[in-house]
Amino acid sequence: MCRLFAITSDTPVSPLVALNALDVMREGHDGSGVGLFLRDLGGAFDEMKDAPILSGIFTKEGIKRLDTFMMNLGFMTKYKITFKLPKQSPEGVPKRDMYLIRAYEYPEEWEGRSFKELGKELMNIRLMLREMGQEKQDMIVFSLWPDVIMIKEIGDPLTVGHYLQLDREVLKARVVMAQGRQNTNYAINLYACHPFFVEGFSTMTNGENTAFVPIREFLKSRGFPGYSGFQSDSEVFTHILHYTMAGLGLDIEAYKHIITPLQGTDIEKHPNAPLLKQLKQSCRSMIIDGPNCVIGSLPDHSLFMVQDRKKLRPGVVGGRPGQYAFSSEICGLDAVIPDRDKSKDFQPMHLDTAIIGPDRQEINICHQTDPLPLLH
Amino acid sequence: MPSNRPITPSSLSVKDLPWQIHWNKDKCTLCGSCTAVCPVNAIELGVFRKRIVETELGINSSSSSVFKVYHGVRQKTDPAYSCIGCAMCSQVCPNDAISPIKSDEAGKLAFHINRGGQPRRRGGRRNVPGGLLDQIKFIRISMLTDPALDAGRHEFELRTLLGRVLPPEESIAHFKSNGWIPPVREIYPLIIGSMSFGALSPPMWEGLQMGVAYLNEEINMPVRMCTGEGGCPPRLLRSRFLQYVILQIASGYFGWDEIIHAIPKMKVDPCAIEIKYGQGAKPGDGGLLMWNKVNKLIAAIRGVPTGVSLPSPPTHQTQYSIEESVAKMIQSMSMAWGFRVPVYPKISATSTALAVLNNLTRNSYAAGLAIDGEDGGTGAAYDISMNSMGHPIATNIRDSYLNLVALGKQNEIPLFAGGGVGKSGNLAANAAALIMLGASGVQIGKYIMQAAAGCLGSETDRCNICNIGLCPKGITSQDPRIYRRLNAEEVAQRVVDVYLSFDTELKKIVAPLGRSTSLPIGMSDALGINDFNVSERLNIKYVV
Repeated sequence: MCRLFAITSDTPVSPLVALNALDVMREGHDGSGVGLFLRDLGGAFDEMKDAPILSGIFTKEGIKRLDTFMMNLGFMTKYKITFKLPKQSPEGVPKRDMYLIRAYEYPEEWEGRSFKELGKELMNIRLMLREMGQEKQDMIVFSLWPDVIMIKEIGDPLTVGHYLQLDREVLKARVVMAQGRQNTNYAINLYACHPFFVEGFSTMTNGENTAFVPIREFLKSRGFPGYSGFQSDSEVFTHILHYTMAGLGLDIEAYKHIITPLQGTDIEKHPNAPLLKQLKQSCRSMIIDGPNCVIGSLPDHSLFMVQDRKKLRPGVVGGRPGQYAFSSEICGLDAVIPDRDKSKDFQPMHLDTAIIGPDRQEINICHQTDPLPLLH
Repeated sequence: MPSNRPITPSSLSVKDLPWQIHWNKDKCTLCGSCTAVCPVNAIELGVFRKRIVETELGINSSSSSVFKVYHGVRQKTDPAYSCIGCAMCSQVCPNDAISPIKSDEAGKLAFHINRGGQPRRRGGRRNVPGGLLDQIKFIRISMLTDPALDAGRHEFELRTLLGRVLPPEESIAHFKSNGWIPPVREIYPLIIGSMSFGALSPPMWEGLQMGVAYLNEEINMPVRMCTGEGGCPPRLLRSRFLQYVILQIASGYFGWDEIIHAIPKMKVDPCAIEIKYGQGAKPGDGGLLMWNKVNKLIAAIRGVPTGVSLPSPPTHQTQYSIEESVAKMIQSMSMAWGFRVPVYPKISATSTALAVLNNLTRNSYAAGLAIDGEDGGTGAAYDISMNSMGHPIATNIRDSYLNLVALGKQNEIPLFAGGGVGKSGNLAANAAALIMLGASGVQIGKYIMQAAAGCLGSETDRCNICNIGLCPKGITSQDPRIYRRLNAEEVAQRVVDVYLSFDTELKKIVAPLGRSTSLPIGMSDALGINDFNVSERLNIKYVV
């Protein structure tokens, strides 16, 4: 079972904070890989919130192809982070030609387009780059989105963090999600590493998704190009989140009703029973059935955690106003926010969605039996 | 056979018959129970002549031989009275002195069972034991990558949906605008398929209904039962138990006058309406209730005269095309109940199933599709239809499901599979395999007759006389002297036993696969088979 840690903070924090937490929980991951998702960036990126940032790993050939491709589209590099790495990579970490984090200026002719239109274009470009890269094995692309950076690499999380010198001012962010992998695949594909990203939504999960195949078939047949990849059975949690909120226009409170709907008399007694029963039926193909803890980040900078229907996975949220963190284990939380009021720590159970809103002032617990916000 | 008697072409010896009666003179008490119970009069009192040679020991005395007579049981060899292997003789024999034994070679009876130019008609199902479903294994067992679930302790919701499910976007839009939302029933995925009142005896039908009512009201299992094409008893139509019943309309429209007139008096809506276009046991042929079974009660419920055979036409005669059959009929049946009741067609498995399905996807009133495979059973059909016509269910259901996946409608039109489910007794395994291939639920008929009422029929041509009203167990007979052998309460209790044990077995399959909160429809990654071609065809794993 992988280990998860996510933090949301008024003041930007280094991704190493999250990696340190993973290191404390190292019994739960085997050092086979790490994934990082950074949002609401500090440092230099704080000044360019609208500029799309491309995150990925490239070979020398790949970077040339990327530059040509992006220039042809009219994208201009606005800012980039340079990684000056030691000649020798640490044991277990592959040597790469280039880790890329680069902010772009939109093509001039895109001016005046709505954010929704821009987002669609950005997703299509990311998918095209991914396809190009898979064809020649020269690019791996994690995200292309404003105010979002993603880093994924094989190896022990903290070792990778030090090797990539992630403890830099420019990489500080107000929302950080990190996953330490417990690998069950022989060959590690970075596209199978959490967190996953689609159009501003990102999630990471631990546990296996036993209903993966029917869910994948359902998502693939939605006709939305972003529901692709599927190298990991956990990627569908991100897609379902996107579908729930962007596709169906529901709130985060509804996410749990989609993946683990209420059963039996609970649904009958719910104040929104007619709507929920309909959702349960029409979204039946997206019901998850594995032991899973899902942590995710929303475009409005909220952070949330939900558990599977039987609450078979550990997960805790705690902190203080201005800084809250989600962690697989309490020791991870202790390592990062030791001075919190521990009596207010909360372990979401099978009906709970724990949400830290963009203001980071409190933990909102949405109980699945509570009334839903009105449809809008 | 005396030498001066001519041999007719259909003169057979006991050896030529598919079932041969073995009778033990030493054990027989000559009580006559066996000859009395035999439904086809295959055995009779036999008077045998026997020579006994008595050799004298004395040197001067000569040996002699005497002829004696003894009485026993003789098997008739006339094809019209050939033994059907039901073994009721064994059942009633106090001394276990008699039993039918299957011939060690293919019987010659098959060549002579058409005297008078009438081809053989029978009940039962295709005479081929076993099948593909029994070979499918469930290979994806969660253990260490994730904890397996506990079939005995965890919470399970093994329900399925019967009805047209709107896609999520439309569902929300209709909800907001207060638009029409097609009726959807949340039911148990094992449905008692269509067996008509008429095909089944009164205690059998009543027992099934009572069992279903008990499962719903006492055990909270939403089990549903389809009436088949034979109408529905008037009191049931006017009772709350109608909600557990799927009313079937087929090409003979038997009983529908009564049903339509009862609509204003119905306390509850029926679960659904099944429009039968085809049946797995006799694809392309209509229903058949032979005159032997059309007594006063059956005639009254069906609205026909007594003592006449009731062959339903192969197709709905008022309709000439798929638009008529599917669109208009579904729509008019929906309208009859104010669009509150799901209406779906049932077809026999066929290579044209996809055409029907594709048509249904564009009909917003179509609530599902039931497909009945070639191994489906029947009360009466021509032997040729049963043995040689039809399409196996596995590929038909798989192709249909994958077709819906390609259209993105796999959750919108539920598929129900039937035909030989549990044929070898592996009901839960067969049902789970079909569900993971893409069925939303399965229908059973023959299995419930075997398990709940002791039907003797098998795929080795045993018994199979459901059609002529002589069912030795009283399951498909309309003769009170026979059907009083069956007790409705006991049938009901067996129905409950079957469902409870099925439920546990289904959990024992899905729990190790890590599934419990939703039925694993289309979870094909869990399936494996040791036949490469089949694995390729069904798109499941090849395992050896």
